Amino acid sequence: MKKNPNSPWRQPLAVIGITILSLWILIAIFAPLIATADPIAQNYGELLAPNAHNWFGTDSVGRDVLSRVIYGARITLPLSMMLVILSMIIGSIIGAIAGYFGGWLDSILMRFTDVVLAFPGIILAMAVAAALGPELRNAVFAVVLVAWPTYARLVRGLILSSKNADYVTSSRLLGASTMRALFVDLRPNISGPIFVLAALEAGNGMLLLSGLSFLGLGARPPSAEWGTMVSAGANNFDKWWLAVFPGLAILTAVLAFNFLGDALRDILDPRTAKALRE
Amino acid sequence: MLGITLISFSVTQLVPGDPATLNLGQSAMSNPTIVATWRAKYGLDKPVPEQYIIYINHLLHGDLGLSQQSRRPVSSDLAEYLPATFELATVAIFFSLLFGLLFGIVAAMTRDRWPDQIIRFITLTGVSVPTFWLSLVFFYLFYFKLSWFPSNGRLDPGSDTPITITGMFTVDALLHGQFSLFWQAFRHLMLPAIVLAIYTIAVLTRFTRASILEILHNDYVRAARAKGLPESLVIRRHVLRPALISIVTVAGVAFGNLLAGSVLVENVFSWPGVGQYAYRSSIGLDLPGIMGVSIVVAGIFITMNLLVDIAYRFIDPSLRHE
Repeated sequence: MKKNPNSPWRQPLAVIGITILSLWILIAIFAPLIATADPIAQNYGELLAPNAHNWFGTDSVGRDVLSRVIYGARITLPLSMMLVILSMIIGSIIGAIAGYFGGWLDSILMRFTDVVLAFPGIILAMAVAAALGPELRNAVFAVVLVAWPTYARLVRGLILSSKNADYVTSSRLLGASTMRALFVDLRPNISGPIFVLAALEAGNGMLLLSGLSFLGLGARPPSAEWGTMVSAGANNFDKWWLAVFPGLAILTAVLAFNFLGDALRDILDPRTAKALRE
Repeated sequence: MLGITLISFSVTQLVPGDPATLNLGQSAMSNPTIVATWRAKYGLDKPVPEQYIIYINHLLHGDLGLSQQSRRPVSSDLAEYLPATFELATVAIFFSLLFGLLFGIVAAMTRDRWPDQIIRFITLTGVSVPTFWLSLVFFYLFYFKLSWFPSNGRLDPGSDTPITITGMFTVDALLHGQFSLFWQAFRHLMLPAIVLAIYTIAVLTRFTRASILEILHNDYVRAARAKGLPESLVIRRHVLRPALISIVTVAGVAFGNLLAGSVLVENVFSWPGVGQYAYRSSIGLDLPGIMGVSIVVAGIFITMNLLVDIAYRFIDPSLRHE
């Protein structure tokens, strides 16, 4: 496996990305063991700068920032995974239907996709999140709503370019059903590019989600969500440690996804690059 | 365009809460006549499809409705907030083009060597950094600690705004010959514009690098080199010029993104632009406000794309003859 020049392990960026990501996943899993304090235990009147006991300092109600950042991984990571998977599934299904069946179904679905894409993402997400009520679940929903069209376009393009390939035609001639053609014959060929897009989009989704939380349209204050923690720092901006550490947490997690996606794209080039451009 | 109005209208129909509760006080809510009057005023007592038809009808007459928060027409609210964001986005796109081109060219020329690797690392960081967090960090460092830049807002507290011509303070101040005011507005503009530009700088850098590398493969570049043209001339005349065409396209689209992407930056820097307006409307469930902002910004978005398409035909001679 090491001999394959295209192996992800030969790409330093991919290795860094996977390492950071694994670290965050471990932190999320073992949060109760690593955290030095209870993330919601309050100690009023103690807003401490980073010190030997509270490495990242404490916030305005005396909660340990380090422990909150650690517990924050338990909120952000699963949610980002969930929103990537959801938008991937929704986008792929819509794209596959549009690409495979073509005709009026294609026109309607793609017109709809284009309209959603024409919206500036953050404004649409903000409006939806606010309309549904400021809650983390609704913010995830809002991000999915903004994110799926990219997948739909990619999948449609990939299906269009390979649905008339000989191997699909011969499989259909052998009596394969539409479902079989889509899931058995076509899926292996399009899953690579989709996963690259997912890795690249995971970072964007995470940024949008934490941005919504920062604006107060996602997670609500007692929660240790990173975006919410940064917004607490915005209200106390002279206490730099409140915002800096959760922000660095977001940055490293998003960076890991982007490193991974970027390296994967290089490996799968040029087909992905071409499909992504269409 | 019609699709956009339909979507933004559907979004406003998602509201589970009653906008009347948010906009009328407790005591007013307990009085059914007031609630009914308020509903009738904003047309909320009619069936949903009829509300949509009424909205479209008003929209075609340039009427975006009354904002429930400012109690003013949404269109005059937007006329006040849009220039601020426009000013910010213009400076940001200027920075983006300047540094995006510079870094992109350097990266392409040193492909796979260390400057390229470093630039790749920096640009990946640039697209990964949460804007709202970077705004705070810059604000803390450059205003609070170093005092290189003034605090938030568009002008120092207490200064008079220049008489409105374009609504962009720097331009207005210049037109009136108020140079100190121009300088002040300009200094207030810098920090948010830099933060806003970071993401676009990263995107343009990567795009510039990719398009230069693509062009370098062409036969005419090889021919230019073969006939002994100095490398700098080959790059300038045969590579950069065609590359610029596609860069302009991307920059046009990026400008539309900057207008919308300013929400988080405006929030931190208390910049009174459309982003702030969209945010406040969303929080206050001001439905006409939300719809107005999304329709206008999406409209600008689409217009930018159209303009880019037209510009493309002008710049690229090979498309002109089709």
